[in-house]
Amino acid sequence: MAVRQQYGKPPDGLDQHVVDTEAADVRGADHPPRDFPPYVGSRLRHPRRPPFPVRDPEAVELRGPVFGATDVGPLDHDLTAHHRGEPLGERVTVSGRIVDSGGRPVAGQLTEIWQANAAGRYAHQLDRHRAPLDPHFTGFGRCLTDADGRYSFTTVKPGAYPWQNHENAWRPAHIHFSLFGTAFAQRLITQMYFPGDPLLEYDPIFLSVPDEAARSRLVAAYDPRLSVPDWSLGYRWDIVLGGTSATTFEEGER
Amino acid sequence: MNQPTPSQTIGPFYGHALPFAGGEAMAPPGHPDTLTLHGHVYDGDGEPVPDALLEFWQPGPDGSRTGEPGSLGRNGVDFTGFGRVPTDASGHWTLRTLAPGGVPYLCVAVFARGLLHHLFTRVYLSEAPDPLLDSLEPELRRTLMAVADPAVRAHRFDIHLQGPKETVFLAFR
Ligand SMILES: [Fe+2]
Repeated sequence: MAVRQQYGKPPDGLDQHVVDTEAADVRGADHPPRDFPPYVGSRLRHPRRPPFPVRDPEAVELRGPVFGATDVGPLDHDLTAHHRGEPLGERVTVSGRIVDSGGRPVAGQLTEIWQANAAGRYAHQLDRHRAPLDPHFTGFGRCLTDADGRYSFTTVKPGAYPWQNHENAWRPAHIHFSLFGTAFAQRLITQMYFPGDPLLEYDPIFLSVPDEAARSRLVAAYDPRLSVPDWSLGYRWDIVLGGTSATTFEEGER
Repeated sequence: MNQPTPSQTIGPFYGHALPFAGGEAMAPPGHPDTLTLHGHVYDGDGEPVPDALLEFWQPGPDGSRTGEPGSLGRNGVDFTGFGRVPTDASGHWTLRTLAPGGVPYLCVAVFARGLLHHLFTRVYLSEAPDPLLDSLEPELRRTLMAVADPAVRAHRFDIHLQGPKETVFLAFR
């Protein structure tokens, strides 16, 4: 009801809309609240008004951009192959499947990742952490998912790094992921973590996800079937893009 | 129903990764109908946000919503419907595009350090009848309207993440 009061009259015929809104807010516990004071950076950067619910089969956001051959290069998925030499660190293969909330594979879509090097340093001008840069590692990759929604990257395991949120705040090792579904409304940027990392239970960004089961979906699993003999350690991380698309809207899955 | 993978912040260090050359150039170079949209992103203290990333998605000028591949490697001819632009050190961004066909708005996603979950909003280029605009009080509707900025032959659209001028953000259900 709070939503209705703050925005004035609801759109025509949307009494159901208030019910939907509140139900969706409960489902919203899958995602972090934008107002999460332990993450200091969030304090001035979250809206105070709840988002305005849009339930419109004609919304342009129910479709999204498409990507193809000219968007991704042949070596973009191998972050260890972007320089003349090999980067230092533990070589890993990170692979998984991207599906929508109905379990349909997200095929032919753009997946982008970026990360710190094995010492915990980003190849970014503003990263001042006193850990060495690796001349053989930039830490950025792209690929398109296959027909079954699968992606795969070869990289090195990133190191933990300190940040200024509070004293001795260290980010657990993580890989940033940027994902597109079939709808702009399914857009997701998130982070993948590694199993057994002792820093997870201290990290306000990881802990911003209120539900423990939801948090666990951010942690990859070691998967020996993905390991490449005498070459790399395999991690599996499957991704579900929530959010409404033209298809999920029609099938009432929202 | 598969439960969604939670969102996490884009963080401060995506600059060597996500922005791409021509990300702001949605209109093919030299297109006579090119429309310039620009603005700032502000935080709750009214300070500019220098590390936000904005993404835009819109129908083609013919109203097509299928998009075209090739946003990251634009071929100079196709209109892909997708643009990506980081804010600069003063929190400012500029986009060059073509007016969308069939609807008066562009879709926007806002990412930033400090934002644990991105925000959706829309830039409206005109006050045509529209289910979303029609349902908002005038004061809120104004936060979604681009305003003509004749000094630079452009339309201006500022995004306020928090505070008295807070932009209306959207959730799709
Ligand atoms: Fe990071």
